[in-house]
Amino acid sequence: MGVVPLDGARSRSLLRLDSVDVAYDGAPVLRGVDLDLRQGDFVGVVGPSGAGKTTLLRLALGTLHPSAGEVGRARGLRVGYVPQLETVSWTFPVTVAECVLMVRSERWLPWSTRAERQRVGEVLERLGIAHLADRHIRELSGGQQQRMFLARALLREPQLLLLDEPTSGIDVATRHEMLHLLGHLHDEGTTILLTTHDLNGVAAHVPELVALHGTVVHRGRPQEVMTPAVLERTFGAPMEVLEHLGMPVVLDRKRAEAT
Amino acid sequence: MIETLLEPFAYAFFVKGVVVATMAGALCGLVGVYVVLRGMSYIGHGLSHAIFGGFAASSVIGLNYVLGAGIWGFASALAINRVARAHRIGADAAIGVITTASFALGVALLTVFGNRGPSFDAALFGSIIGISTADVWTLAAVSALTLGVVLTRYRALLFATFDPEVADVSGVRVARTDALLMLVLSLAILATLSVIGVTLVAATLVIPAVVARMLTHRFATMLWLSSAIGALCGLVGMNLSYHLDVPSGTTIVLTGATVFGVVLAATGGRGLQRAPRAAVL
Repeated sequence: MGVVPLDGARSRSLLRLDSVDVAYDGAPVLRGVDLDLRQGDFVGVVGPSGAGKTTLLRLALGTLHPSAGEVGRARGLRVGYVPQLETVSWTFPVTVAECVLMVRSERWLPWSTRAERQRVGEVLERLGIAHLADRHIRELSGGQQQRMFLARALLREPQLLLLDEPTSGIDVATRHEMLHLLGHLHDEGTTILLTTHDLNGVAAHVPELVALHGTVVHRGRPQEVMTPAVLERTFGAPMEVLEHLGMPVVLDRKRAEAT
Repeated sequence: MIETLLEPFAYAFFVKGVVVATMAGALCGLVGVYVVLRGMSYIGHGLSHAIFGGFAASSVIGLNYVLGAGIWGFASALAINRVARAHRIGADAAIGVITTASFALGVALLTVFGNRGPSFDAALFGSIIGISTADVWTLAAVSALTLGVVLTRYRALLFATFDPEVADVSGVRVARTDALLMLVLSLAILATLSVIGVTLVAATLVIPAVVARMLTHRFATMLWLSSAIGALCGLVGMNLSYHLDVPSGTTIVLTGATVFGVVLAATGGRGLQRAPRAAVL
């Protein structure tokens, strides 16, 4: 049990969970979870509330240790993390630029260098929020807030990007933009692991899904995971899956029958 | 009128008191920003009471009270911070137990064994005449140390205050940063104890920072603004203490409370309101 570095023949593996159990106050949250995340992967973890999605991310971050099993992480792995918007104190007095620069905490002095300001400007520009750099974080929309935290994560030039529910609290168009942006980052070589319970949102953008409900129910392409059998085992409710333009679309069966 | 206002400056003890009160206000204003933003206002209050236990114990055993109360206060601060971060047994209840027990112990020790250090009333409410030259130098040293910590650990302190979990995975040693802040907080309370007093020091930590928060949404601005407001309250409060002949801690806190009321009325409490979830585009 514990955390071990990954190296040697398994060097392409950035993160590996072997038979991991996690329990909070004796109540099991994850049981026997195996997950291998390799360089270049883009994986979405789907599951209902309480399925252990955030716990899985905490294991990946290293802020939580398993009660059994092993978590392996590549040596010197640089991780960028985008938290859930709900967990953030939005009244905290920081501007967008101040928030993004926090991640450069290795600098001892408060004021930023010209190179830092330039880099922050570039990242914000790329994410389309450069004009908001001096705004207070509360003044941003949900989508802009997500992009601000993504900018903060990207400033670390991460090899592995972890996102906790990046599609919650934003509308359909913004969700599409966000996932499209993540697709670009993945194309450039960033390994991505995100959690969501927005099945239809990720199906079109994320190449690989993990269905989680305390344990890994299934891992595969969206077409393989989004089947009635896998979804019922994962969410504990019958679901209808249709195909639209080659992509699976999930419907709540009871609602579908009602209409 | 002006003569009346300048009259106390003819006394060396008053000049010393004004310098200390201004410096103490600025110091508490600076540290108070972190206290308020971490939602630790109650910890500031509790810690000052815990330090009183150390002050009393040092007085009884004849130890230098700055050293004794400092060690006691730092140990209490670490315990409080650990409890506050853990969230498992109700941080507020645990803090209440630790700090009030320490305060009660202090009162019991002084009652039974008597007091060989600063007077009981001065420790509780602050005093102009109780300020020694050593107090001035102690406060100056603590202020310099605090400023140094805030300047050199600016981003780490900011990140650990804003989002400790993400800070932790982004290379900030959050536990160490928290311990450093607790050390600075304990020292600040200890150094200002003689002028402001145990029972009122929490207000000097909280009021300037809350007022500054209503006036700005930038962290760096909040730091210097809170320090300036704290210094102003110390200066005005100490003068009022002389003219009204009431303990200095009382007038400093009442000055701060008045500033708070004025700014609250002028801004409508902007910056203090709980944010509704940001609108979706």
